[in-house]
This record gives sequence, structure tokens and C-alpha cells, in this order.
Amino acid sequence: MDKKETIEKLKNIVKPYIKNQEAFENITEKTDFIADLQINSANLVDVILDIEEEFDIIIDNQSMERMLDIKSAMEIIEIKLSEK
Amino acid sequence: MNKRVVITGLGIVAPNGVGLETFTNAIKNGISGIKHDPELARLQFSCHIAGKPEVSTELSLNYFTELELRNFNSSGILYGVIAGIDAWKDADLSMEINDEPDWESGTIFGTGTSGIDKFRESIYKIDDFQTRRLGSTAVAQTMNSGVSAYLGGKLGLGNQVTTNSSACTTGTESILMAFERIKSGQAKRILAGSTSDSGPYIWGGFDAMKVCTFKNNEIPEQGSRPMSATASGFVPGSGAGAMVMEDLETALTRGAKIYAEVLGGNLNSGGQRGLGTMTAPNPVAVQKCIKDALKNAGIHPKEIDAINGHLTATSKDSLEIQNWSEALDRRGVNFPYINSLKSMVGHCLTGAGSVESVASVLQLHHGFIFPNTNCEDLHPEITALIDVSRIPQKLIEKELTIIAKASFGFGDVNGCVIFKKYNPNPSPSHPSNSELE
Repeated sequence: MDKKETIEKLKNIVKPYIKNQEAFENITEKTDFIADLQINSANLVDVILDIEEEFDIIIDNQSMERMLDIKSAMEIIEIKLSEK
Repeated sequence: MNKRVVITGLGIVAPNGVGLETFTNAIKNGISGIKHDPELARLQFSCHIAGKPEVSTELSLNYFTELELRNFNSSGILYGVIAGIDAWKDADLSMEINDEPDWESGTIFGTGTSGIDKFRESIYKIDDFQTRRLGSTAVAQTMNSGVSAYLGGKLGLGNQVTTNSSACTTGTESILMAFERIKSGQAKRILAGSTSDSGPYIWGGFDAMKVCTFKNNEIPEQGSRPMSATASGFVPGSGAGAMVMEDLETALTRGAKIYAEVLGGNLNSGGQRGLGTMTAPNPVAVQKCIKDALKNAGIHPKEIDAINGHLTATSKDSLEIQNWSEALDRRGVNFPYINSLKSMVGHCLTGAGSVESVASVLQLHHGFIFPNTNCEDLHPEITALIDVSRIPQKLIEKELTIIAKASFGFGDVNGCVIFKKYNPNPSPSHPSNSELE
């Protein structure tokens, strides 16, 4: 799976949770879930559950803790997919 | 200085009508909201009929965002939020989002359980080692104060935001708690209401106790029979009612429409002493509650035009009539008009007090007494106490001044509230007026 495809999938996943439309439209690897997209911190667990479902992976607590932006999410997804 | 407290907005989510207009039309015309419930039948309940408000996803989206409705499974919060926001809008209050909370407005919105279906879902996940998959809203949907928390956020309330709970007295209690808070000047405005979840997981315990009727499964609309000789238990129901209660001055200053005044009331308990138990009311306490409510409201028993009873359609209906009759010292043709909304909606449990209070206030506001249905065969113990004419079975169009509404609940708890048609110029002898001086 290439990066572009992963970003596209992530974009669809975070869409219902975002409060900053502009940051969402200009999403890059550097986009932060809370600071940029203004996702309610309580909703981060929902985002992660949706990622698990979309990619059919399980994200452990430690990985979850550092999954705060698109870049870290992509890295973790890649690792988890490779472990499958 | 005590404030006068008035009602400036109403909201309703009832089995026989969602929204004020539909509901008013339904209660005037004796339209039943009781239906066959296939889920109760499938689960082999004794009772296969129930009263459930009909709320479409489309309607829900006027009150909740799509995100909020993701994994949402709390009927009680759904009903409560719709009724609450409707009442707020009906009172012509703003839904505008400001940074500053509205410090003068709060909510006391009761319930017995919250999101019982969500709770069930969560329990299954936990037992399946899937706790991490509960999502972020399992707490908000299942905490008892979920309904007041959702409302508080949607309206930006900055005064007290709480959920009260006293079984079937809950809704009447929330009105009286709001009354006290406004009267004492601690809040200018309280959204008072209550709600109840729907479905087998809330109704199962009652079915097991055999307090729900199992004799009317084939005739849902005739199944809820308060005051009837053939009453055989209550029909489980659900729903929510809400009212914006406001101090009179604030209401007048903003030119609000005033539905009615809350003169006062009383809350008490029979202590599960004497004839009182966990499930049966102590008649001494019920009568004391009614008498103390009148005293608190500063009115004489003969001033009551109509009673909206608790009257669930169990064997206790005759006892309730006897308690009213003795407490008011009125009988035969001198007894006030009395009606029970439960003949049309069933027993909305923790939502009942609010749903029925909204009906009571609508009667005062529009000048009518809604008909009692399904009591063409009145119980002889009841007609021995009060005249048949006092139990209208047809709509009566009539100006009313005072309605007493009471609710009684498990735990031997009682609540009685006195509503009065709002009179801008009460006579000088009126106690609530003299208190202003």
C-alpha cells in the first residue's frame, strides 16, 4: 500500500471527527490530530478503533499513545501490517 | 424575597405524540400510543404491548450531529434531549453558541437508568475481552446524568446541571427541585424534565413482578385501563417531557409566553412503614404529601379544578382515589375532575411525571380536560367514592384555574405539584402575591 493511498484512507476515517475543515483539506504527514484537525481528545480512541477496522490490525496501548498525527499513524499502520 | 415561578416552554416525546402539536391533538382525542411490541413477544414476556415514542433518524439529526449518533444507543437520552431542546426553543430561548456559559440557566433532568441498551452492548463486549473497543461515549451514554450532561452541553448551561432519580416520582420531583432553586433566587431558569429508556431491558423486571398486564396482548389500544374494573396491571411505556421554568420577572422582562405558574408542591416518603413497602405506597404519606402540597402552594382544597393522577391501572387505583378524596375532603360530585394519561401512553416510568405534567399544563393553557379512555367499566370501589361525572370519558372544553398533579414511586416516595393558570393580576389576598411584598 503506498503512502498516498494510506493518507486517503486516513482522511476518510478522521472526516467525521474533525472540526477544522481547512486543515482537513490540506492534510499532510505533518498534520496533528488534535492541534490541527481539532479532533476532541476523547474521540481519538474512536479514530483508532476505526483505523483498526479499516486496516484489519490491532493497535496496542503503547502504539496508541504515540499515534497523535498522520505520520505516526502511517508508521504504526505499516508496522502492524507487516507483522500480520 | 421569594420569586414567583412560571412555565415558559414545553417539550414532549410521548408514545402518542412527539412534539407539542401532535401530542395536544392526541390527548384531546384520546389517541392511544400503545402498540403490539414484537420484541417483547419474541422474548417471551407476559406482556406483549408497550408505549414507545416514534423517533426517526431524520428527526434525531435535528438534535444530534451525525458523529454523536455514531454508536449511539440510548433511547432515554434521545427522548430527553429532543424534549429538552424543544422546550428551550418553545420558550423562545437562543440556541446560539457563545464562549461564556449561561450562568443563570441550568437543568434538572431526571431518569432511572441511562442507555440501558448501550450498557448491555458494553457488558457483552467486556465479557468478550473487548473492553478496549467500547468507544469514547460508553460512559456519557450510560451514566445516569447522561441526559442532563448532553443537554447542558447543547445549551451551554452554566447553572446547576444534574439528574434526579426517584422511580416513578422522578419527573414531578424535578419540577419541584427546579421550583425551589428558582424561588430562592439561585437560578433564573431551569430546564426541568425527565426521561425513560425504552425496551425489554428496562421493562423486564416489571414483567417478572407481574405488575404489567398480560391480559390485553390482543387489544393494545384498550390495554391500559386506569380506574377500570378490568384494570389488570400497567402497560410499560417510555418517553420524556420537559418544561422551561423561569422566575416571573425574567420571563416578563423578555416578553416570554407564560403557560402556567407553579404555585408549589411537596415531596415526601412513607418510609416503608405502616402499609408502605418498597412497592406499595403508605396512604398516610400520600395524603400528607397532597395536603402539604396545598399548604405550600397556599391554596384551599376546594380551589382544585382538576387532578392529573398517577393512576397506573393496577389494583392500587382505588386506593389512590381514596387518598385524594380523604386528603382534599371532597367526594361524590364535589370531587375535582380527574384523569390519567396512562390510558393513552402507558406508564412512562421515570418519564411519567414529566410527560403527564406537560399534559396537565397544556390543559390549563388551552382550557380543556383530556378524556380518560378504557374505563367505560369504572371500578365500583372508585364510583363508591366519587361521582362518574368527575371522571370524564369525553373531551371537556373548559377554563381551568388549578390542577394538582401527583406521582408515586417505588421506594414509597411521593410528589405532588400545583399548577395554576397564569394570572398577571392576582387578587391581593393570593399568598404567592403577598409573598412578593
